[in-house]
Formats: sequence, structure tokens, C-alpha cells
Amino acid sequence: MPSFSHFFNILTETKGVFLKAMLLTLELTAVSIILGIVIGLIFALLKNSKIKVLELISDAYVYLVRGTPLIVQIFILYFGISGIFLLPDFWAASIALALHNGAYISEILRGAIQAVDKGQLEAGRSLGMTKALTLRRIILPQAFRRALPPLGNQFIISLKDSSLAAFISMNELFNVATTLGSNNFDEMTYLLIVAVYYLLLVALLTFIVNRIELKLAVSDR
Amino acid sequence: MIRINHLNKSFGDLHVLKNIDLTVYESDVVCLIGSSGSGKSTLLRCLNFLEKKDNGNIIIEGIEVNPRTDNLNKIREKVGMVFQNFNLFPHKTVLENIIEAPMMVKGVDKEKAIFKAKQLLQKVDLEDKADVYPSKLSGGQKQRVAIARALAMEPDIMLFDEPTSALDPELVGEVLTTMKDLAEEGMTMVVVTHEMGFAKEVADRIAYMHDGKIIEHATSEQFFNHPKEERTREFLKATMLK
Repeated sequence: MPSFSHFFNILTETKGVFLKAMLLTLELTAVSIILGIVIGLIFALLKNSKIKVLELISDAYVYLVRGTPLIVQIFILYFGISGIFLLPDFWAASIALALHNGAYISEILRGAIQAVDKGQLEAGRSLGMTKALTLRRIILPQAFRRALPPLGNQFIISLKDSSLAAFISMNELFNVATTLGSNNFDEMTYLLIVAVYYLLLVALLTFIVNRIELKLAVSDR
Repeated sequence: MIRINHLNKSFGDLHVLKNIDLTVYESDVVCLIGSSGSGKSTLLRCLNFLEKKDNGNIIIEGIEVNPRTDNLNKIREKVGMVFQNFNLFPHKTVLENIIEAPMMVKGVDKEKAIFKAKQLLQKVDLEDKADVYPSKLSGGQKQRVAIARALAMEPDIMLFDEPTSALDPELVGEVLTTMKDLAEEGMTMVVVTHEMGFAKEVADRIAYMHDGKIIEHATSEQFFNHPKEERTREFLKATMLK
């Protein structure tokens, strides 16, 4: 069992390497979240469209993504696509993560949209607003507000999922930890260190989501 | 201004509106009264096409509306509606609620929209609440904001769907006063209500509905003092004896 001082020594020594890796982890996470929200919104709207074909497309997508492990999806995208054209590692990983997130986010948003009072749509329409305008200005803002807690949760999951990018040789946190750990025959210390980094990131993410929730709660739902 | 001929509507097997004929003239105040399930709200909602009729004609300002081809959004700009549950936009302030549609639908300039909104808020006696969120308002205040919001689109006709039914009794008066002022200014209004006092005092005509049909349709004076139909008489007896 490594001692505390040993742990702290390595922690400070490897600061540079891990901070660089942390940046990559954050980039992967950020892109996967932003793209994931766009994808999730599209599929949530498809599902709510009341057009059978579109609903089926959305169902199929969600089923495929939720029905296969993320690591399989990452590998398929990475090895599969790079057979067709050259896709940089970063984009293979983030697109796979985004598609994965998108399925869960679409379910979250679909529920949130449906939970908005039907009277809101009626009020918008009775004022001469089109359904699309009402959706954009009235319903989606309320839906997003409602969706923040489960979305925040999904963001945290997404942060941790980024660790799987290690398996396509991206130098994010997990990969760096296991590589350095095995090089130095000191796996445990490095795993504990990377755990600390993840804890910090999750704390930061949670803080950000909470601030957003507070700011949006000004209208006092 | 609005004429309905032989309107029928069913929800599945339930035949909710049976061959309704109704004409509302400009500056008329028509009250639709009747018990729950009589179809009065459904009829009202057919007037701005929130409900789709099964058959019959709806003729607005002399032109028959074809829901399949006509631009219903344009029509709804001219027909304002006030709901039982207010349906204010909770994530927007009172002022933002009122300027939303004029700006987004009609492209009104923001300053102009705000100016008009403040005028309307003055009219409903709520100027000091412009920057407040709906959650901080009482029911009566919310409904008055809802009325201002509907008026911001400068409609030709205002529909009220049981506007005071969700309000505490002591808040009903302020809303009815606002509606009465609106009527006196000459607004064409169709009001679904249980407030018999309001109907008696403000309505030009009353349409009493029961089981999907208009049982009696008469001027307010005739309706309350010389009702023709037996069922009307029964209804009036039951409601007056409160």
C-alpha cells in the first residue's frame, strides 16, 4: 500500500501530464455534451412529432444506442469509419460519445417537453403563434428548465464515459493513469490520483449545473 | 361577425355538439351558459379552431373558414382567448408575456410593443406589476394579465372560457369588472361562464346549452325574465336558488 507522502509526491510530479490529459477529457466531454444536446433535441422532437415514421426512426435510434455497450459503439465508429475515410481519433471518440448521450438526452427532453402544461401550447396558438414558434419560445425553455436535474446527471455520466476513449489510444485521464501506472509498476497510486481528478471535475460540473439551475429558477417555477 | 351553421363535433363516440347554429354580431356580448358537459367550452374552442369541427360552417366576417386550407394562425390573431387556468408563460415577466406575440407574430417593434403593453397594464390596473413573474401574482391578477396579453394582439373578438371559475370568490369581481369595461368599449365577446350576475348585467344575448344543443337563445332580458323553454326555466330556478 503506497504511503500518503508517496501519493502526494507523485501527484505533484505528474501535475503537468495529468492536467494536459484533463484538458482532453474536458474537451471530449464538452463536445459530446453539446452535440448530444443537439442530437437529443432532434430525436425528442421527432418522437413528439405525431408522425409515425419519424417516431419509429427515433425509437430505432434510442433502441440501438441503449441496447449496445458504449465501448462497442466507440470501436465501431473508430474502426468502422476509418475504413471508409480518415476520421481523427478525437472526432471518432466525441461523435460516438455524442450519439450515445443523444439517445439518453432525447428521452430526458421528450419527457420534459410532454410535461409542459398543454395550456401553454394553447395559449401560444390562441395568440396566433405557429406551433413551431410556440415550441421554440414557450415550450422548450420550460422543458429545458425541467430537464436540468436529469441532464446534469447525464453530463456527469458523460464525463466518466469519456474514459473509454482510452481504448482508442486517446491520452485522456484514464489512459494516462494506466499507462504511467504500469510503466512505473505502481498502478494503485496512479489510479487513486486519476480518481481524484475525476472527483474534481465532477464537483466542478455539479457546481456549474447548480448555478444554471439557480439562475433559471428566478422565475420561480 | 361570426356565424356558425349546423356545427357538429364528436370526441370519438361522444357527440358533443349537435347541429349548433349561432350568430355573434359586432360588439355583441354573448354568454354561453349551461351545466358541465353541455358543450359550451367545446363550442367556444371551435370558434378559434383550437377544436376542429366535424362538419358545419364557421363564417368569420362573411368569409367561410376552411380549416384545411386557410391560415388558421392568421385567423387566431384576430380572435383573442382567455383561459380558465390563465396559461400565462411562467418563464417570462408580465411585460414579456404581453409583448411576446405582437413582437414574434406581427413583428411589432420592441419599444412600440412595450408602450402598448404598459397602456394595457394600466387599463387592467396592473402597471406596477410589469416586471413581476406570474408566480408572484394572485389569480385575479394573473387573469387580468391574461386579458391584457390577449388584447395586445388587437383582436376583433375576445373569447372567454370560464375566466373566473378557477378564482377565489373575492378575486372574481376584479376580473368581471375588467370584462365589463371591455364590453362597454364595444368589444365583441363570447363568454362561457357560470356567473349569472355577470351574464344578466353585461350580456346582450344568452345562449343556454344542454347536452350539446342550444336550448334557448335570446336577449338577456328575454332570457332571464321570459324564458320560453321548460328546461331553461328549470335551469334558472336551480341556479337562482343559491
